[in-house]
Amino acid sequence: MAADNILTQQYLIKGWDFTRAGEASCDVKNTLKQIGISQDVIRRVAIASYEAEMNVVMYARKGKMKCEIDTIRIKITIEDEGPGIKDINLAMQEGFSTATPEMREMGFGAGMGLPNIKRNSDSFHISSVVGRGTKLEMLFHL
Amino acid sequence: MTLAEVKEILQAELLTSDSNLSLQVRSACASDMMSDVLAFTEPDALLITGLTNQQTLRTVEIADAVAVVFVRGKYPDYETITLANKKKIPLMTTEFCMYDACGLLFNKGLCGVTEQVRKLLGKDGRR
Repeated sequence: MAADNILTQQYLIKGWDFTRAGEASCDVKNTLKQIGISQDVIRRVAIASYEAEMNVVMYARKGKMKCEIDTIRIKITIEDEGPGIKDINLAMQEGFSTATPEMREMGFGAGMGLPNIKRNSDSFHISSVVGRGTKLEMLFHL
Repeated sequence: MTLAEVKEILQAELLTSDSNLSLQVRSACASDMMSDVLAFTEPDALLITGLTNQQTLRTVEIADAVAVVFVRGKYPDYETITLANKKKIPLMTTEFCMYDACGLLFNKGLCGVTEQVRKLLGKDGRR
């Protein structure tokens, strides 16, 4: 059972808004720095949430990110309204990508996003409904 | 290696103002794909890339990298340089292509994150 919640932050993410893409993750990172979380955990949270945020920006119409911090762990939840993922096992493979040339021009679409999220989180769960959207939950132990 | 040394080795032009070139880089990562950078960098790295948009700066911020060198003489747009100044991320551009830029820096002792290569070079990866 989780300990008492210390802080919750929520962000709206707009699809295809590359100007603001990554702002939510940078804000989470700065918050974690301010409350004195260790550098290793901050880096892992930042990388995982940034990859997830970029997936929303690239693929979905919109999404929301929630960061919940308590005394024992950080939980990041990202839920989007978008096309969903047809084959999650395939999407989890390094190098697999459905990115368009435009997404690659932005520096993404190497097929490393979901594997990077899994690698950097202590616990990771993904669920998706084709035509409706995708939900990611990541836990990081303190 | 300091950013001043990086600038000299790559005959690079500094694009940002008031940048601290005495900052140290411990390793380097070269890629145009930002997910690769996020997967294969350590803190205090130098990012070498041909990608000149603002996502490069976000990636630097997220990955705790120190600075960016754009290769093949590429220049970012005004907004990207302005954002870099605001975030105090030094930006440089070099005429060298990515392979040659990496080779020149590696030859001077700046390596990447591959453990086997570091072992070959010495315990901390520096020659």
